[in-house]
Amino acid sequence: MSLELKNIEKKVGQETHIYPTNIKFEKNTINILLGSTLAGKTTLMQIMAGLDKPTSGEIHFNDQDVTGLKVQKRNVSMVYQQFINYPNFSVFENIASPLRILKVSEDEIKSKVGKIAELLKLSAMLNKKPSELSGGQQQRTALARALIKDSDLILLDEPLANLDFKLREELREELPKLFEDRDCIVVYATTEPSDALLIGGNTATLLEGKIVQYGKTLDVYSNPNNLNSAKVFSDPPINIADVKKIGSSFLIDNENFKWQNSNTKLSDGNYKVGIRPHNITTYKEGDNSIEIKGKILISELSGSESLIHFTKGKYNWVSLSNGIFQKKIGEEETLYMNVDEFLYFDQNNKLVKHV
Amino acid sequence: MNKTINQKAWFFVVPVFVLVAFNAVIPLMTVVNYSFQETFGNNVFMWEGTRWFKQILQSERFHAALGRQFLFTGIILVIQIPLGIAIALSMPKEGPWVSVCLVLMSMPLLIPWNVVGAMWNIFALPEIGFLGHTLNGLGFDYNFTQQIGDAWFTTILMDVWHWTSLVVLLSYAGLMSIQPAYYQAAEIDGASRWSVFRYIELPKMKKVLTIAILLRFMDSFMIYTEPFVLTGGGPGNATAFLSIDLVKMALGQFDLGPAAAMSLIYFFIVLLVCWVFYNLMMKNEEQS
Repeated sequence: MSLELKNIEKKVGQETHIYPTNIKFEKNTINILLGSTLAGKTTLMQIMAGLDKPTSGEIHFNDQDVTGLKVQKRNVSMVYQQFINYPNFSVFENIASPLRILKVSEDEIKSKVGKIAELLKLSAMLNKKPSELSGGQQQRTALARALIKDSDLILLDEPLANLDFKLREELREELPKLFEDRDCIVVYATTEPSDALLIGGNTATLLEGKIVQYGKTLDVYSNPNNLNSAKVFSDPPINIADVKKIGSSFLIDNENFKWQNSNTKLSDGNYKVGIRPHNITTYKEGDNSIEIKGKILISELSGSESLIHFTKGKYNWVSLSNGIFQKKIGEEETLYMNVDEFLYFDQNNKLVKHV
Repeated sequence: MNKTINQKAWFFVVPVFVLVAFNAVIPLMTVVNYSFQETFGNNVFMWEGTRWFKQILQSERFHAALGRQFLFTGIILVIQIPLGIAIALSMPKEGPWVSVCLVLMSMPLLIPWNVVGAMWNIFALPEIGFLGHTLNGLGFDYNFTQQIGDAWFTTILMDVWHWTSLVVLLSYAGLMSIQPAYYQAAEIDGASRWSVFRYIELPKMKKVLTIAILLRFMDSFMIYTEPFVLTGGGPGNATAFLSIDLVKMALGQFDLGPAAAMSLIYFFIVLLVCWVFYNLMMKNEEQS
């Protein structure tokens, strides 16, 4: 089983929503489409589902061209950001609805709904109406409806975006388990890099209607093939600065900030350095830490993490430390950067290996 | 917390109080006053107790008017609600035609009621009216000023023309509030057009439809101007709905006591039907 997009392009009027795109999803994989709003995730999914037609290009399913095939004939299911359920059906009827249309026997419906309801912790709510459920339960119902019909392709379009933090965490952990023993391709669209890291599988980073990079999630994260991919796959935003390498010296902003590192195979020249916020911390991490002194702009807490914005030279930097640290705004403070984790990009924004 | 006591606030309530008193409470209490007394003018009143109420409730004339009223309201609801939904469903959801349709739909609602009556009167005149002349030309023996059936047909047609738009606009608003994802989800399920209407659109339109039915019930139950201008309640009393009959009694015959009693009974019927209907809908809402 495989799903392949061949040169898929989507234009609406003069505007290009999806630039020619090639991507292939294999059997039993979870594939994450990671990108900000309007990056083209939803358009891409609707094309995969058959809800929308590409302007040009072909979609192949199991090496068969299904480009013009209607959604009803494709055996797909989809879960949306909004909790979409039949408003006056009970939870049971909602989950059973795809089977009813397929004319499955009553006994089979009962046993299947029972199983899936258990899996999604809905057993106690089967007789309730969606409006009586919490947002999390409504979305579980929608998930159950998507899972019950053994689709070949399951599309999840930001399914957790409308849930509050706690419910999101809970459902996010369960999601990969739900798809474990299924013979299907899962595509999951999200704006959150943390979703991708937690769910794993493969990730495609999307920017302005183009797929920037596709590969194993961890691979894409630690080796972004270019600056855009790194930008999409970093939250809070990755720090980027122009750097000049001469010998073992690295200079940022006309020697305003510099460090030594002889343990690198980077050749001399001009680069862009990308530093993820969690590689700038209030404490030393790794063997190759360097100091950076900056003036604190903002210091805020997010759960048990501390987000510190500071300025050094002409650049503003964001740092993310584990634990609770509060810094006085306007003071000079010393923070530490882990040099080994730096990402270097050449003048064409391509990643350059440095270790 | 210490509350500051400031009795000046009452001043802000006074204008509303005065307004409501003058436009609702005082006229209503005048009617209540009349309904229990007999008067021959000159501000001379005699106490009659509940006599007028008994008289009205037992009068055949009232029963007939009430019957006509329920029949008329029933017919226009049965026509206008499904027709309104059907038109709303077939209206475009996006593009330049949306505003065209909306403006066209609002037109009948903007025309003053007596103008609607006069328009349809002229339109339907058997000799010179377009509708009347055409129908007669096609071989129908049509004359709304003399034949009861034709009078009803014309009155109902006029009301449908005038008010279906309201149902259309409300249903359309309800339809527009349904997120596209619902339709997509139904499409993925392979649901039929009928299922989409029955299980998505109708439940989602329920609230606006409740309002539409309530508004159409109240307005049609109190209809006066249009049939008054169109048929004057005739031929005979065939289209004398409650309010037309009421005005005849109050101003034509100057039976103020019975007319006042009838007004109050009329008022309570409208109130009761709305209350029962609304509660039924809300009870339904709680269950679902």
